[in-house]
Amino acid sequence: MMTYVVRRLLSMVVVMALVALVVFIVARVVPGDPAAVMLGSSATQSDVDALRRQLGLDQPLITQFAMFVRDILTGNLGTSIFLNQPVLDAIAGRAQLTLLLAGMSITISVLIGLPVGIISAVKRGTALDQGVIGGAMLAASLPSFWVGLTLIEYLAVKVHWFPVSGFGPPGASLWEHIYHLVLPSIALGLPNSAIIIRFTRSSMLDVLGDDYIRTARAKGLGLGAVVIKHALRNALIPILTVIGLTLAVLIGGTIVTETVFGLPGAGNLIVSAVLRRDYPVIQGALLIISGIYVCINLVIDLLYAVVDPRVRY
Amino acid sequence: MTQSRSLPSAAGRPMSPSRRLVRRLFRRRLVLVATLVLALIILASLLAPWISPFDPKRMDMVHRLQSITAVHWFGTNEYGQDVFSRILTGGRISLSVGLSVAALACVFGAIGGLLAGYVRRLDGPIMRLTDAMMAFPDILLAIALMAGLGSSLVNIIIALGIVYTPRVLRVARAATLVLREMQFVEAAKALGVSPWRIMVGHILPNLSSPIIVQGTFVFAYAILTEAALSFLGVGAPPSTPSWGNMIAMAQQYIGQADWLIFCPGLAIVLTVLSLQIVGDGLRDCLDPRLQKTS
Repeated sequence: MMTYVVRRLLSMVVVMALVALVVFIVARVVPGDPAAVMLGSSATQSDVDALRRQLGLDQPLITQFAMFVRDILTGNLGTSIFLNQPVLDAIAGRAQLTLLLAGMSITISVLIGLPVGIISAVKRGTALDQGVIGGAMLAASLPSFWVGLTLIEYLAVKVHWFPVSGFGPPGASLWEHIYHLVLPSIALGLPNSAIIIRFTRSSMLDVLGDDYIRTARAKGLGLGAVVIKHALRNALIPILTVIGLTLAVLIGGTIVTETVFGLPGAGNLIVSAVLRRDYPVIQGALLIISGIYVCINLVIDLLYAVVDPRVRY
Repeated sequence: MTQSRSLPSAAGRPMSPSRRLVRRLFRRRLVLVATLVLALIILASLLAPWISPFDPKRMDMVHRLQSITAVHWFGTNEYGQDVFSRILTGGRISLSVGLSVAALACVFGAIGGLLAGYVRRLDGPIMRLTDAMMAFPDILLAIALMAGLGSSLVNIIIALGIVYTPRVLRVARAATLVLREMQFVEAAKALGVSPWRIMVGHILPNLSSPIIVQGTFVFAYAILTEAALSFLGVGAPPSTPSWGNMIAMAQQYIGQADWLIFCPGLAIVLTVLSLQIVGDGLRDCLDPRLQKTS
C-alpha cells in the first residue's frame, strides 16, 4: 500500500510538471510580444520594456521556464496586471463562492444521477429505462448557460422565486448565499448529472448480473435490500471515479455559470482575465484548477483501496 | 450503455459490410430519426443562403423584437432581423467548427494513439502529456488558448482541436494495444513487414471504428464548447451569428423575448442530441469487442 501511495505521488509530480509545461506554452502562444499585448496600444516603449523585464520575458525560454517553476514551487504565482494584486490572493478571495457553487452542483448531480441510474438498471429494458437513457442523453446535450438563462427567465424574472443574479450582499448569512446559488447550481448540476446516470446504470448492470446477487435474491432477501446492500456497494467504485471526474468538470463549468448569473467568483475572474489578457491570472488559474483535478484523481485512486478491499497494490 | 448485439451469422455474405452496417444501425428507430434530423440540420445549414426566408443581416426596426409569427417563424431580434434565417446561417458556423474540430482531433489523435500504443518508447511521454492536457477542464483550456490566439473562427478550431485530441488519442491507443497482440499483426511481423507498415497498413484501418465513434462525440462536444466560448465573448467574433453569440446577445432581452434565447438553444440541443444518439448507435454497431478481424 505504502509503495503504491509513493508511486502514485511520484506520477502526480510528473503530471504536474507537464501541466506546468503546458501552462507555460499556452501563455507563450501569444502572437507578438505579450508585454505589449497586456499593456495595450497606449503604452510607451519604456513601459513595455519594464514589464518585459519584470516578467522575465527578456530571458531565454529555458531560463524563463526555470523561473516559472521556481516561482510555482515557492507559491508565487505572480501579480495580476490589472488588479495589481497577487494572483494567489485574487483567486483565493473568490474561491469560496466557486467552491460552494461546485459543491452544490455536484450534490444536485449526485442526487439526480445516483437514484435515477440505480432505478434504470433495476428496471433494465423497460420503457422507464429507455426514458432514462434518452433523458440522460438530452441532459448531456444541454448547454449549461442556456439552462441558466432559461431558469432566470422563468423562475427569477417571470415569477420572482429566486434572485436574477449575484451572490447576495457581502456579510449575508450562509443560507442567503446558498439561496442565491440555487439556480446556478441547477444550471450546472443538471447537464452534468447525465454522466453520473450513465455510469451508475452501467456499473449497476455489471454487478446485478453476478451470481451472488441471484443467490441473495434466492435466499429470499427483498429487492431493495439486495440492490442497496449488495449491489450498490460493489458498483460504487466506478461511480466514485465518475463523481470525482464530474466534480472536476463542474469546477471548469463554473466559469460559464458564474458569467450567466453575474457571480463574483473565481470563474468570473478568469473570464475577465481572458478578456483583459491578464496572463498571470490565466496562468495561475490554469495551474490551480489542474492541480485540484490531479489531486481529486489521486484521492479517488486512494479511496479505491478503502472502499474495495479486493484492490491490492 | 453497452447493449451488445449478436452479429448476424456470418454464413454466406449476402450484403456488403457497409450495407450491413447501415441496416444494423437503422434497426433502432431512434438512431434512424436522429440521423434524419441531423441530415436535415446539415442540409438546411448548407442551403441557408437559398432557403432562408429573409436575409439574415437585413435590419427592420419596425418589426423588431417580434414574437413567433407566421412570417417570422422564430420571431425577430432587437434589430428586426429574422431569427430563423440567422439560426440557419449560424448553423453553418457551428457545424463547420464542430466538423473541423472532430477531423483535427481524429487525425492527430489517431497518429498519437498509434505511436503511443505501438512504439513502446513513446508510450510514456505521449500518455503523460495527454494526462497533463486532460487535467484541464475543456472550457478552461479552450479559453486560455483563445486568450493567446485571439478570437477568430480558425483559432476556435485550433484551440478546440488541441483540447479534444487527447480524447481520441486515448481511445486510439487502447485499441492499438489490443490489436498489436492479435495474430494478423504477429503474422505480418513474422513475414518481416516493417513496424511502420504494420502501423499504417495493418493497425490503422482497424482503428477506424473506435475513432469514428469518438469523432462523432467530439463533434457534439465541440459544438457545445464553441457555443459556450462565443457566449463568454472569447469565441466567434460578435458580428458572426453563431448560435452561442445569438444567445449571448439575447441576454439583455431576458424576460421580454423568450424566443431569442430559446430558439438558438434549441438548435444547439437538437444538433448535439442527434449527434450523440448517432454516436451511440455507431458504437453499438461497431463495438470493438464484437469486431471479428477477418
